[in-house]
Formats: sequence, C-alpha cells, structure tokens
Amino acid sequence: MQINNSLSPEKKTFASRIRNSFAQLPLLAWLCGVLGAVLLERYLGDPLTELLGLPKIPALFGAVTILKKPQLIPGTVAFLFLIYAVPILVIPRLFGSILNRLVGRLFHLSPAMSVAIHLGLLYLILSLWADVSGYRLLTLKLTLIAIIVTLSLNVINGYMGEFSCSHPGFLALGAYTASVFTLFFFVDDKVFGAAFLPKFLGPFLFPIALILGGIVAAIGAIAIAIPSFRTRGDYLAIISLAFMFIVKSIIENLEFVRGPRGLSSQPNYVDLPTVFIWTVAAVWIINNFVRSTTGKALNAVRDDEMAADAMTVNTRRTKIVAFLFAAFWAGVAGGLFAHVLRYVNPGTFSIQKLAEVLAMVYFGGLNSVYGSIVGAVSLSLLGEALRPLEIFKWIIIPLLLILVMIFRPTGLIAFKDFDVMKLISPKEKS
Amino acid sequence: MPLLQIKNMSHDFGGLRAVNNYNLEIEPGQIRGLIGPNGAGKTTIFNLVSGIYSPTEGDILLNGKSLVGLKPYQIAAMGLGRTFQNLRLWRHMTVLEHVKMARYSKINYGLLGAFFGTPKRIREEAEIEEKAHSLLKLVGVADLADQIILNLPYGAQRRVEMARALATEPKILFLDEPTAGMNPEELKQMMDIIRRVHRELGLAIFLIEHRLKVVMELCEIIQTLVFGEVIAEGSSEEIQNDPKVIEAYLGKETIL
Repeated sequence: MQINNSLSPEKKTFASRIRNSFAQLPLLAWLCGVLGAVLLERYLGDPLTELLGLPKIPALFGAVTILKKPQLIPGTVAFLFLIYAVPILVIPRLFGSILNRLVGRLFHLSPAMSVAIHLGLLYLILSLWADVSGYRLLTLKLTLIAIIVTLSLNVINGYMGEFSCSHPGFLALGAYTASVFTLFFFVDDKVFGAAFLPKFLGPFLFPIALILGGIVAAIGAIAIAIPSFRTRGDYLAIISLAFMFIVKSIIENLEFVRGPRGLSSQPNYVDLPTVFIWTVAAVWIINNFVRSTTGKALNAVRDDEMAADAMTVNTRRTKIVAFLFAAFWAGVAGGLFAHVLRYVNPGTFSIQKLAEVLAMVYFGGLNSVYGSIVGAVSLSLLGEALRPLEIFKWIIIPLLLILVMIFRPTGLIAFKDFDVMKLISPKEKS
Repeated sequence: MPLLQIKNMSHDFGGLRAVNNYNLEIEPGQIRGLIGPNGAGKTTIFNLVSGIYSPTEGDILLNGKSLVGLKPYQIAAMGLGRTFQNLRLWRHMTVLEHVKMARYSKINYGLLGAFFGTPKRIREEAEIEEKAHSLLKLVGVADLADQIILNLPYGAQRRVEMARALATEPKILFLDEPTAGMNPEELKQMMDIIRRVHRELGLAIFLIEHRLKVVMELCEIIQTLVFGEVIAEGSSEEIQNDPKVIEAYLGKETIL
C-alpha cells in the first residue's frame, strides 16, 4: 500500500480515498443502507414505476424486463439507480460514523446481542424485499436452501478435498423422508389416508421431519463412506455418482411414494422465517465445525493425509464424520425444498441438480463459507434472471464458470475463514 | 526397561528384503543416530516404527506395549512423534494451525463442541493455542504464527514441522534428516534447537542423518545401516574408525 502511495500520489487522492472511506464503514451501516433501499421500494416503488413507464416493480433487479423489452432499459436503470444505488451509497456515508460508534459500544456490551441485531436486520431486509411479489419470495426461499446445499457440499469437495457427486441423492432422501412424515401425520390425502395426528401440531413437529430427513440422508451416506474412505482417489466420485442414480431409481420404483409421479400437497409449513432460521443454523453450525481443530483436521487430511496420521489425527473417522455431517445438512435442505415447492418427484434429483450444486461450490470458492454463500446466491439469482434468454442461459452460465476457472481456479472467494466476530466488529479509523 | 525396543524386525517389499533382523533399544532421554548410504533402509525403519508399514517379522515395543498392527495415529498418540524427510506440511494452513492440529488426540470437547461452540470448546481451543504458541517460541518462529506455511522460508518450515511433532507430546522423537537441504547457518540453528528440545523436554531422540558432522556431534550411540542390515554400532569414534563403515561410505581399498 505504502509503496503504491509514494509512487502515485494523485491516484491516492481520488480512487483510494473513496475506497478507504467505504472500507471504514461497519457492516451495520451497509445493512441500514440496504434496509433504506428496500423501504424506499416498498413505499415509493409503485408511483416510481408509473412515472418511469414500467409495467411493475422489477422483480429481480430488472433483468427480466431488460431482456424482454429493450425499450424499457432506461426506465429500469433509472429505477435501480434511484431505489437501490442511491440509498445504499448515501445512507452508510451519512450515518457511518454514528453507527460505527454504536456498533463499538454494542460489541463491547454483548457480542451475542450484536449478532442477533445484525441477523434481525438482515431478516427484516429479506422479508421486506420478498414481500413485493410471490415470485421474489419463492426465489429467495430457494436461494437460502441453495446456500445450505452448497455449503454442505463444500465441506466434502472443498474442506475435505474429495469429489462427491451424491448430493442430489441426499437431497432426495431428505425430501422424501420429510414429505412422507408430514403427509402421513398431518395431511388427509389419497396416498397415506387421513391425518394421524391433530393438524395444529404440524408446524411444531416439522423440525423433527427435517432432522429425520437429515438422519436418513446420513444413513445413506454410510453406504458410500464405508467402502470409499479406505483410500483416497477417484473411488468416492464413482461410488457417489452411482449412489445418486441408485437413490433416484429406487424412489422411481417405490409405489408407496407414487414412484415417478412424485409426492404432492405437502403442508405449507415453510414460510420465510423457517427457511431463514434453518439457513442461519446451518451456516453457524457448519462454520463452527470447520473452524474447530476437529474440523481443520479435514484440511490436514486433504493437504497431506500421511502427515495428518502421524500427528494423531484419526483420518478415517474424520472423513466419515464430515461426510455424514454434510449428508445430514443436504437431507435437511431436501426437506425444506420439498415443502417450499410442495411437490417432489425423483426426476428433480438427477444429474442436472448435481451440475447446479457443483457449479455453485466451484464458482463461489472452495474451503470457504463466504464462497458458498456467494456462489449459491449469485448462481441462483443469475439462473432466475437469465430465464428469458432460454437456451442461451446455458451458454452464459457455463461461460462464466469457465472464466472463473481460468482467472480464479479455486473460485471467487476461496480459502477464507468466516469470522463472525470480525465481521460485526466496528471498523478502525486508518 | 528401555523406552523403545525393536526386536528382530524385518520387512520385505515384494521379494526385496529392505530391513533385515533389525534390533534397537533406546533409553529415556537418549539421543541415538542412524546413518547409512542412500537406499540403506533408514526411512523404512522409521515408517515401520511409526506404523505406516507393518513389519513382516519381529516386534516393536514402546514402554512395553507392542506397536505392531496399530494405526499411525494411535502410535503417534502413544508418544511417538516424527518429522519427515521431505517436509509434509499442510499447504493451506497457517503455522499456528499446524501446531494446534497435532493436539487432535488430546481434544475432549467432542463433536458437540465442534458443532455448537460450547464453552468447553472455547476453553480447550484457547489452551491448545497457548501451548502451540509456547512451542513455536521454543523453536523460534513465534512471530510467524499467523502466516500461511507456504510463505515461510525453508528453514522456518523445518522448525514448524519440529514444533508440530512436539505438540503431540512425544516421549520419543524421530527426526528424519532434520538438516536436509539447509545452509550452514540454518544447520547450526537446527542443531541448537535439537539440543534445546532434548534438554528442556527431556525427550529421547532417534535421528537419521546424512551429514556425519550432525550425528557425530549430537548422538551418544550411532548405528550404521547398509542394505537393511546394521553393520556397526557404537560411539562416534568407534563408528568413524570402523573399517566396515569406511568401506560402505568410501568403497574398498584394493592393492594392485
């Protein structure tokens, strides 16, 4: 930095001063900025769309509108600028120093409370944003679930450095287990007959359905883990790929879950708070795990298994535990997925789902919680936003992946610790 | 009773006998050396004792308990620490994480602690970290604790590997060519560290070396291994003057 400064003093005065002034803002200031934008959209969105001649509030940042009707581009850009860019840039600048002091005081008082406030604010933003249209809400729910799936796969493919292809299988196991649980106990339907338990209990017992789904997925994972973790190498990739197809065809042939026709009319238990809480729990627990010495053993096994062994690490146990752990979270995500769409069929959990999840992991970044969040969010939103391009979507997304692989071979944000305390702490003046 | 006792150990790689009828006894606190030309089977002996290979014949006893058939991590947890000839470090991890990792078998917080960040885990991780810092200080790389290992110069990487081996709380430390590839300055520092570790922690040390100077200065008793067999054993003077050792290193004198 200093060398740069002494070489080009003019540059420092402009670009880097702006960057510096923004780098000093705490996370809370940015959250307030986004909250401002979301509130602005809620109360001024409709009049502004009329003024700019847009048919309705652009659902996913105007991508669909722009791609479908190019003549609306100026209006959409103006809308995005006024509603999003202005508050997000202005509010943090205006209240940055006050909020920084507030964050500092809060941080010293109780870090746990500070985390809760940040999460509460994040939830408020998401719920206000999703409130605009049902399409946004659905996209948001699926994106949050994608975060769980991506992160859990990152534990195997990133942190442990193996290559597993079985995640759609785990998702399917979780989705079907949770669906059968809720349909059997709480729904009057044709497949399982009348509800077994009073319906009002449903939402309270729903976590059990999800955990059960996770456990069934983890039991499925044992079938892969025992034969393939005797040695390292390509065995896991092959066995896990086989597992994915086996799960799919077993479900297709099970008549009591209606085979390839799939299960439908799952109860509507998964609202936004439920998905949000489960996602936060997954990120928190997985991040705890990978940052503990027990979890770092995964990195040791990946980078040099013989050395890990010689340093008292039980490598086989480490690998199996991590694999089951990842499968558990995939199962939970599957259960949520089934209850968001309220319909599952075996065809959903095939090679295309696998490609999607792998892309999110490798795009976002290996061995990194930030990376998984970024990968899952960006590819989920991109997948939705580029929908009007139809077939060309499948050219643009792979092209992006190739570019990432060329310029950042381990993904956008790889090998970075997700330190919550550092994230919420006040920023020092430099 | 000797700390480590190896009785009539032999090992075959297919039809090749790599180690033949090898015997060793190390008392607590002793420094012993093993020398021999390339391919003599020195590292194979290390790998046999630390559990990477299992001996074809013979027995290995640590504190009277047999190590044959145990997994490397079990042997390491029983008190046998080792370093590797070609540094086996974890390329994406920091120096501090390396040393903390070697405390793996001493962790008691279990999976619950790993998943939920219980107070017990926070306390234990802090203890491990403190221990790791003191070991890094012992080998003189305390200021590099937060660096990624690949950013360190070679000599410092060697020290980290030493600190990592010490973090397993060994009773006996196996050093596989600890000064390989070092310049004279680094060599001197490494010898100081080995002496300090021996003095301060009271460890028994078993050392493989190529440089005779290092073994001659550090070790009380030295074995010479040639083609998997011990041809000479004794103090450094006895070894230096043994005609069989001279022959193995320099070849036979023939008078025409």
